[in-house]
Amino acid sequence: MEKELRLMKGNEAIAEAAIRAGADGYFGYPITPQSEILEYLMEANPRETTGMVVLQAESEVAAINMVYGGAGCGKKVMTSSSSPGISLKQEGITYIAGAELPCLIVNVVRGGPGLGTIQPAQSDYFQATKGGGHGDYHLIVLAPASVQEMADFVEMSFDLAFKYRNPVMILSDGAIGQMMEKVYLKPQKKRSDEILPWATTGKPATRERNIITSLDLDPERQEKFNHKLIAKYREIEEKEVLFEEFMTDDAEYLFVAYGTSARICQKALQMARHEGIKAGLLRPITLFPYPKKRLNELADRVKGMLAVEMSAGQMVEDVMLSVNGKTRVSHYGRMGGMIPTPEEVLENLKLFIKGQEKWQR
Amino acid sequence: MAEINTNDIVRPENLTYVKSKILTDNVMHYCPGCGHSTAHRVLAEVIEEEDLQSRTVGITPVGCSVLMYNYIDVDFQEAAHGRAPALATAVKRLMPEKFVFTYQGDGDLAAIGTAETIHTCNRGENILILFINNGIYGMTGGQMAPTTLEGMKSSTSPYGREVATMGSPIKMADIVALLPGTCYVTRQSVNTAGGVRKLKRALKKAVQYQNEKRGTCFIEVVSNCPSGWKMTPVESNKWMEENMFPFYPLGDIKVPAE
Ligand SMILES: Cc1ncc(C[n+]2csc(CCOP(=O)(O)OP(=O)(O)O)c2C)c(N)n1
Ligand code: SF4
Repeated sequence: MEKELRLMKGNEAIAEAAIRAGADGYFGYPITPQSEILEYLMEANPRETTGMVVLQAESEVAAINMVYGGAGCGKKVMTSSSSPGISLKQEGITYIAGAELPCLIVNVVRGGPGLGTIQPAQSDYFQATKGGGHGDYHLIVLAPASVQEMADFVEMSFDLAFKYRNPVMILSDGAIGQMMEKVYLKPQKKRSDEILPWATTGKPATRERNIITSLDLDPERQEKFNHKLIAKYREIEEKEVLFEEFMTDDAEYLFVAYGTSARICQKALQMARHEGIKAGLLRPITLFPYPKKRLNELADRVKGMLAVEMSAGQMVEDVMLSVNGKTRVSHYGRMGGMIPTPEEVLENLKLFIKGQEKWQR
Repeated sequence: MAEINTNDIVRPENLTYVKSKILTDNVMHYCPGCGHSTAHRVLAEVIEEEDLQSRTVGITPVGCSVLMYNYIDVDFQEAAHGRAPALATAVKRLMPEKFVFTYQGDGDLAAIGTAETIHTCNRGENILILFINNGIYGMTGGQMAPTTLEGMKSSTSPYGREVATMGSPIKMADIVALLPGTCYVTRQSVNTAGGVRKLKRALKKAVQYQNEKRGTCFIEVVSNCPSGWKMTPVESNKWMEENMFPFYPLGDIKVPAE
């Protein structure tokens, strides 16, 4: 079957891609700027076509725990929300990480803290990449920069989630969620009817009972389990790093930016080159695992790196850790739902080059 | 004298108690006289007698029964505190042919998990909620629960539950019975042989209603917590009969129309 071309919002693209990826269940709760995901799925009514379950839960807390229940049955399940709702989901997410369950969580980020604003932001980077809930764990985090990637990352997320039995987050923002672009949609995949050996599907006489739990009261065994998780995260860091580079070959100054900020930096980069400034861009696509190695290599060649984020300066810490003092690192950001213009990004690159950047650690 | 062979004595008709095959050989961690162990046993018997093992998924709570999965030989998921009904909702929606139950204490079901309890029942999810109401937080050492009786002492109501500042004990079974989504709501006990038999009958009815997809079944077991109540098992049962049963009367609250 041919790929299908459509004009869609980022949020709608996620919803349609989920159906087409053969997702078994979606559990959500309305919150701006991502309610279109639930609305789209309710309207599409995939129960009648693929058999996918779509349920509006009583809260984000219930929704993420429904995801736990579905994932524990080995099903392809997902939820989506925006920042305040994702905070509520954190308890469930750490249980999912602790029980080693695969699932997809979408965060269409808005500005905070608190109720904040409904406008786009990238201020949930720490929460997404450093765990978010309690305990030592990581999500795999993908950062789409276009509506096309919103669609493509759904199936990719499910694949990664099942490969590692680990929750995956798509960390988007209100801009990408709301904007409309052309998107190529993949053909409909059949939902899997495979019974996974670890899943709770009813115990036949032929196997031991399966138990999905994140509890181990024995500290020695729990520590062993923590080591197992660490080994898994190291393997993910080894094998799953994704990033994109623009004009890094001869770059003297490097923008580091993901998602919406990366799009703005692409424009700022062209403007800089026009003025003779040798700028480049590294766009991390996976935020965990982070492209540490590549940034460290580039640090040998560039005179400085400017992290551009719609936050007070979160990802910049990973840039600093990656380059480990080899080159100058700074940050430029807007907050509260404000989106930087390419002009102001270029302006701040120039200040950075002159050593006059405003951001101080 | 003729030699006595144990096999001549251990015959089904000579046994008053046979351990269900669905109960594992793990030693239960419950305190002596605790109602949890009896409730487990009855549930295991029903799973065995109704031949449900291969299609059962149980959800354990956070509370004393968190390790229930060590004792009953079916597939289990362990939920976060209060969230068991949310897990059960998804399990059942995604695998409608399974028998899905949650097993929850009063802190789990009636405090932190109230929203999940109410909304799961309101949606009429085809699951069984087995609710062990012992009027206290057992696992964390005897703090006040939403179901703690007026005047009842606990480590966080050391002068007795004061309704003016702590609210009245909540009757969850009566609340969920008001919701159209529940098909069967009953209150039972496990402190006597008769109580155990009645609970077993209630569980079998619930299995039938689940098979018929009639909606949510909610079985409350008014139970004891000798450790949390700081009583001997015998004292705790007497106290339960004299204080808990009058406030939480046993019997059916809602039965489906035939
Ligand atoms: C989010 C969260 N809050 C608090 C606790 C601590 N905690 C564990 S069990 C429990 C109460 C258990 O009481 P109940 O549900 O009545 O069950 P019982 O132990 O009496 O059977 C509490 C508060 C927890 N594990 N998780
Ligand atoms: S603390 Fe109470 S509820 Fe828990 S096992 Fe002991 S008697 Fe039972």
